[in-house]
Amino acid sequence: MNTTNRHGSATVTLPADREILITRQFDAPAELVFKAWTTPELVKRWWVFGTSGWLVCDIDLREGGSWRYVTREEGGMEVGFHGEFRTIEAPHRIVSTEVFEGFPVEDPDAAAALNTIVFEERDGVTTMTNNVVHALQEHRDAHIASGMESGMQVSMDRLEDLAVELDRAA
Amino acid sequence: MTPLGFERSLALVDRLGLSQPQVSKHLGVLRAVGLVLVRADGRHRWYRVNGPALKPIHDWVGSFERTWNVRLDRLDDVLAELKPKEETS
Repeated sequence: MNTTNRHGSATVTLPADREILITRQFDAPAELVFKAWTTPELVKRWWVFGTSGWLVCDIDLREGGSWRYVTREEGGMEVGFHGEFRTIEAPHRIVSTEVFEGFPVEDPDAAAALNTIVFEERDGVTTMTNNVVHALQEHRDAHIASGMESGMQVSMDRLEDLAVELDRAA
Repeated sequence: MTPLGFERSLALVDRLGLSQPQVSKHLGVLRAVGLVLVRADGRHRWYRVNGPALKPIHDWVGSFERTWNVRLDRLDDVLAELKPKEETS
């Protein structure tokens, strides 16, 4: 895996009870980051976790338009997210709702989070901030806890990547 | 002298830009759940972060952070590939 020109790693902070803030810098102009974030063919290449395959990757990029991502995980389980674009200011700002379709509540849409994604470019480096605001603190906490499982999966994928790389080198 | 790693609450008032009652309230909650340790010395009180108690919180956010790290590393790879194309077009 290419690790040159990396502008550090993502940081996650919890600025308030219902919020998650994800920050990462990219060695690319905002226009390109915006494009990779909003073009289905490109989203398919990075958003998904290692072992899952895409079932749906729809992006209707306009204010009031909707988006939906559905992937199938290794065990066959389908995982879906969808939302609606509230504000689009290409290439610097996207405000959209995000609903986790597997959320164990009667009406997942009522539990939508509001994501504000900002791409700020300086000297060719773009800082991405994704501020996620949940309706309730328990939703925020469940969202964070979901990382436990996928984080585990990701580690296994990394191990596999490493094994393949070592195999090739041998 | 301040014991190593300990802070007076007054120093925290300065550093956080919060009022003394606000800082006292936060410290009270943090003490109650064991996230800060307190040492009393005469009429002063010193506070220190309780590292081991913070670890579960760190781990909790940490795995979420790792998930996003891998995802955004992959976005970085996509960008690296797009870049030369965009720049020459």
